[in-house]
Amino acid sequence: MTGGEMSAAEMGAGALGAADMRAGEKLPPLEIPVTRTLVVAGAIASRDYQDVHHDAELARQKGSPDIFMNILTTNGLVGRYITDHFGPAAELRKVAIRLGAPNYPGDTMVLTGTIEEVDGDTATVRVVGDNGIGRHVTGTVTVALPVSAPSAGSDLDLGPAPAPDPLNDPPGAAT
Amino acid sequence: MTDELGARLKAYEGQDAAVAAEGKDPVNAPMIRHWCEAMGDTNPAYEGPDAKAPPTMLQVWTMGGLSGYAGGRTQAYDELLALLDEAGYTSVVATDCEQEYVRPLRPGDEITFDSVIESVSELKTTKLGTGYFVTTRMDIRVGPHLAGTHRFRILKYAPTRRRRQQKPALRPRPVVNRDNAGFWEGIEHHRLLIQHCTTCDTLRFPWLPGCNNCGGPDWTPVEASGDGTVYSYVVMHHPPFPAFDPPYAVALVELAEGVRMISNVVGVPYDKVRIGLPVRLEFQSYDDELVLPVFRALEEAG
Ligand SMILES: [Zn+2]
Repeated sequence: MTGGEMSAAEMGAGALGAADMRAGEKLPPLEIPVTRTLVVAGAIASRDYQDVHHDAELARQKGSPDIFMNILTTNGLVGRYITDHFGPAAELRKVAIRLGAPNYPGDTMVLTGTIEEVDGDTATVRVVGDNGIGRHVTGTVTVALPVSAPSAGSDLDLGPAPAPDPLNDPPGAAT
Repeated sequence: MTDELGARLKAYEGQDAAVAAEGKDPVNAPMIRHWCEAMGDTNPAYEGPDAKAPPTMLQVWTMGGLSGYAGGRTQAYDELLALLDEAGYTSVVATDCEQEYVRPLRPGDEITFDSVIESVSELKTTKLGTGYFVTTRMDIRVGPHLAGTHRFRILKYAPTRRRRQQKPALRPRPVVNRDNAGFWEGIEHHRLLIQHCTTCDTLRFPWLPGCNNCGGPDWTPVEASGDGTVYSYVVMHHPPFPAFDPPYAVALVELAEGVRMISNVVGVPYDKVRIGLPVRLEFQSYDDELVLPVFRALEEAG
């Protein structure tokens, strides 16, 4: 069986299983346009009414050139990045992030991830989010996956299939 | 150098920040949906009858929102923040968040939380300004069951730029040199002096080493009467400069003696300055060291 066929079967199931996680594997990057709307919507959805996340004038008075994304939104985006990749059956166990260069409106943040360690059904993924001015976030996510991926015939609703990953699933590559 | 404030802040380590505090709302589908919409998160695990909340929403359920915290926040934590505020560390930014998820939260769950002040750093200098890192650790429960833990680090800091702004900006100083020293000496004594060429009898302003008309180097000072009219003007809206408060009018005033000078028109709104407006010289003190000639409007232009 070629790696390409294996990959297709997994995609049919709509989720990755623990057996699919390998240390050193890179996750496809996720590009997040940092719009003013995202900054404000994220702050309000997280019940964070600190003026620096919605009022540019007051943000400037506090020494910031503009409003900036709050930490809860960054946390949510990092969590989404992991579950987007591993599928809806994946369970976040731990998310630890540190913020650096702020996410200001108009910028783009690119999230990248590398599986650092696999222990049974649990993987540790190092996540980095870079924007136009530097490193916005560094973090570590611990995620658990079902021990074996459900078969393609499963009647579980596992949602949309993850997009093929050209970096990690080269067509025809042997596994 | 001993950090007296730092020592006072250290004393709060280990004290409770919140005890048996309650979430303002039960975990609920609308807030989950709003969150997922903002994050662009389409994970089906967060929808439907068996939905769970996104684990990264853990802190959201503990937030006070616009109306503030309902209760459970201790005096110790408020005191700690007040101490920092009073010392000028008024701004806050979150730097670290570490969450462990023990049990999924589902719509209908009512959370309670306890929080402890884990540590307070030494005084640190960052790009944003100097301040102290405060780390709290929170346990979030549903009934007796631990749902997750949340460690949060904030920087309470004095913004760098704001400190600069607290010192009122001063007007730029005039550049005084050999050629114009007599003029500024006159201003110091509240006299507006014009140069009078002793070779060709022409008045000249601003001050120059030679006559525009005949090139003669010899002159005597003549004191202006102080009467004038607005010959032309502009209104400055942008860009702003320190110590100037736009919009304001900058006028070219023609003195009764015939020479013209640039100054501010006072005593009239910027949008009421008009060509031909009669003005009268006065001397305005801007700070301990700076006096400048300005022109007061004698009547409002119609
Ligand atoms: Zn002359």
